[in-house]
Amino acid sequence: MIARLTVAERQSALLILIVMSFLGLAMAAAGRGTPFGLHGFLVIAASIGVGLPLLRKFYAPEPDPAQFEQYYDDPTKVGIVLAMLWAIAGMFVGVWVAALLAWPDLTIDAAWASFGRLRPIHTSGVIFGFGGNALIATSFHVLQRTSRARLPDQLSPWFVLLGYNLFCVVAATGYMMGVTQSKEYAEPEWYADIWLVIVWVVYFLIYIRTLARRKEPHIYVANWYYMAFILVVAILHIVNNLAVPVSFGDFKSYSAFSGVQDAMTQWWYGHNAVAFFLTAGFLGMLYYYLPKRAGRPIFSYRLSIISFWGITFMYMWAGSHHLHYTALPQWVQTLGMTFSIVLLVPSWASAGNALATLNGAWHKVRDDATLRFMMVAAVFYGISTFEGSFMAIRAVNSLSHYTDWTVGHVHAGALGWVAMITFGSIYALVPWMWKRETMYSARLIEVHFWLALAGTVVYVFAMWNSGIIQGLMWRTYTDSGTLAYSFIDSLVAMHPYYIARAFGGLLFLLGAIVGTYNVLMTIRVAKRERAQSGGGTDVPSYGRDPVLQAGE
Amino acid sequence: MSEFHRKIERNTMRFVLAIIVVASIGGIVEIAPLFTIKSTVEAAPNMRVYTPLELAGRSIYMREGCYACHSQMIRTLRDEVERYGPYSLAVESQYDHPMLWGSKRTGPDIARVGEKYSDAWHVAHLYNPRDVVPESVMPAYRWLLRNELRIDDLPGHLRAMRDVGVPYTDAMIENAAKDAFGQAAPESDAAVGVTERYGAATHMRAFDGNAGRLTEMDALVAYLQIMGKLTDAAQKTEQTKIGE
Repeated sequence: MIARLTVAERQSALLILIVMSFLGLAMAAAGRGTPFGLHGFLVIAASIGVGLPLLRKFYAPEPDPAQFEQYYDDPTKVGIVLAMLWAIAGMFVGVWVAALLAWPDLTIDAAWASFGRLRPIHTSGVIFGFGGNALIATSFHVLQRTSRARLPDQLSPWFVLLGYNLFCVVAATGYMMGVTQSKEYAEPEWYADIWLVIVWVVYFLIYIRTLARRKEPHIYVANWYYMAFILVVAILHIVNNLAVPVSFGDFKSYSAFSGVQDAMTQWWYGHNAVAFFLTAGFLGMLYYYLPKRAGRPIFSYRLSIISFWGITFMYMWAGSHHLHYTALPQWVQTLGMTFSIVLLVPSWASAGNALATLNGAWHKVRDDATLRFMMVAAVFYGISTFEGSFMAIRAVNSLSHYTDWTVGHVHAGALGWVAMITFGSIYALVPWMWKRETMYSARLIEVHFWLALAGTVVYVFAMWNSGIIQGLMWRTYTDSGTLAYSFIDSLVAMHPYYIARAFGGLLFLLGAIVGTYNVLMTIRVAKRERAQSGGGTDVPSYGRDPVLQAGE
Repeated sequence: MSEFHRKIERNTMRFVLAIIVVASIGGIVEIAPLFTIKSTVEAAPNMRVYTPLELAGRSIYMREGCYACHSQMIRTLRDEVERYGPYSLAVESQYDHPMLWGSKRTGPDIARVGEKYSDAWHVAHLYNPRDVVPESVMPAYRWLLRNELRIDDLPGHLRAMRDVGVPYTDAMIENAAKDAFGQAAPESDAAVGVTERYGAATHMRAFDGNAGRLTEMDALVAYLQIMGKLTDAAQKTEQTKIGE
């Protein structure tokens, strides 16, 4: 892969790695003996880890110019594998923390292994590690195909992919050492945040530069979503993470906002991390891989427009539904509730558009587990967006908020929608990337599908039950007008559901392991086949790859 | 509509700008006024800032991820007010950078847990929750009693807090490390000046039961015991919003 970089690109890469090593050295020196210093060493180690293989091929001859006539897919390939590995890691920690809630003493007396430090590893691991890598990998693929243009250079995609993974590793190791801002889904501290901004700017530039070279007059709908994902996540990330560090050399920072303003900013961020990271980006995936796999064009161009702008506009108002009945002024709560309800329109427009696209291809859904993953994802997208609008109603929220119902809702979206569309897309993408007809095993995709679906259903039903029981117990009064249950009564009632939840999560994790095995075996078999067929060049894909037109 | 959209979707920069404008409106309308409308945060002239020890305890609370299971926000609902106390006011977290309102109650709300239990109860509970609440699923935080509290960097922490708007005085910043030690060792020389700077009602005692050694347990318990006690605004305000 490195020999495919031009000599100039290899030199730039080396320069970047040298600069990063010095930066790491400065961090290590400034934060001696603290987590900040350890992260400095981590940056140095990462730079060397990438630098060594680079140096080994540094003096390789210039690559064959013919490769510039083909799409550049190496970062996508690595991104797919990284996404699957993060899925296993993040979901494994998820099962672990779920088990800790059922059996709290099932642990060791070490700070890094306690629930509060592991839980953000789970959330960041699956959202940013698994989801983020899948988004980056697929976006590079979709962007080139729908623009009929090659990525503008071969270095910046690597910078984005590897730089992003460095961010994820710094985040996860930081949590174990107690480095966290305590802002949900924005836990990484200031230096990781700044690094992500740099990575993100380069990511955006790749998009802009590729689109500028496109040979298609229209920007395809999948790219609208990927662009909204990149742009809005940047806005959210920068505003919500404004903070003053104690010093350079100290990991700790204090957020610029406090109290009620901070709460509103945090949930404006938090809810739209769901909207633009976990929804917009993955809708981009849906709009490309589902029609491709089904062999059908998108059902309606108009619905795509309505749902895209509806989501982009209205989601940004909805965050305050996380703060019903709190010290947030009621006018903001009311606005948040109103927009959350109207949001159902664009959400269901997307879900309906996806399902209507399958008309005429339902026999494929029956036979093909890959397409079935995508179909179920669209269904869960419809279910969880309905549930979300419902839970944003103040009266409903008074019961559901602070309970496991929220956790169940999130997982209906995260497992049923985000993970399912990702697995479906990856199963479609892997054979294309490694030039094979099919995945290594269709049977294992089927196994994965049923494990994932069963796991999701068990998980969500357990949390619905526990959440509603919890909410009702907290507000039940006796005949004499006193509260009927102590808090600990409600906790005891949760125990069976916490066990069921851990079991559901375990099923889902097993599915991810099966999926990873299948992906790795496909890669291995593809390599062996190519070796047998005698060296093998990449098949040029220009002009051969059918390009979808938006709704036409 | 389609014709108009066809124009936008053929031009990258136009599309990018459209996304930025459309996505920015909601946040601007909902967040910006919270900084300008005065009634958003109630007045509480007698409210005090966190002592260095309490602030260090708050950092430990964040470090251990306590916010994942405990809220610090009592809603304006009858059952919550009866279970946890007067509903939370915005002003009570005006010095909280960041706020720790939380989003999940795997454990109970602790916005008003200050002085509800004894120090000894908290120490025992944090050391092993199931010793005092057999059904609890909270993790045991034994290392808090083992770890000595780092105090030499506390002036920097107070200075950063002042940079984001918390009214710490020069004297508070200068004496931060000494005050942290003194608050948990009231008989020592270091204790002189703590109440002068932070008020007569400041809790001055060995929170972990051992005045000779300043541990992370001292800091966390000091923080838990001040929770809901920085101001009495909530007790003084008539609770008119219940059920609204």
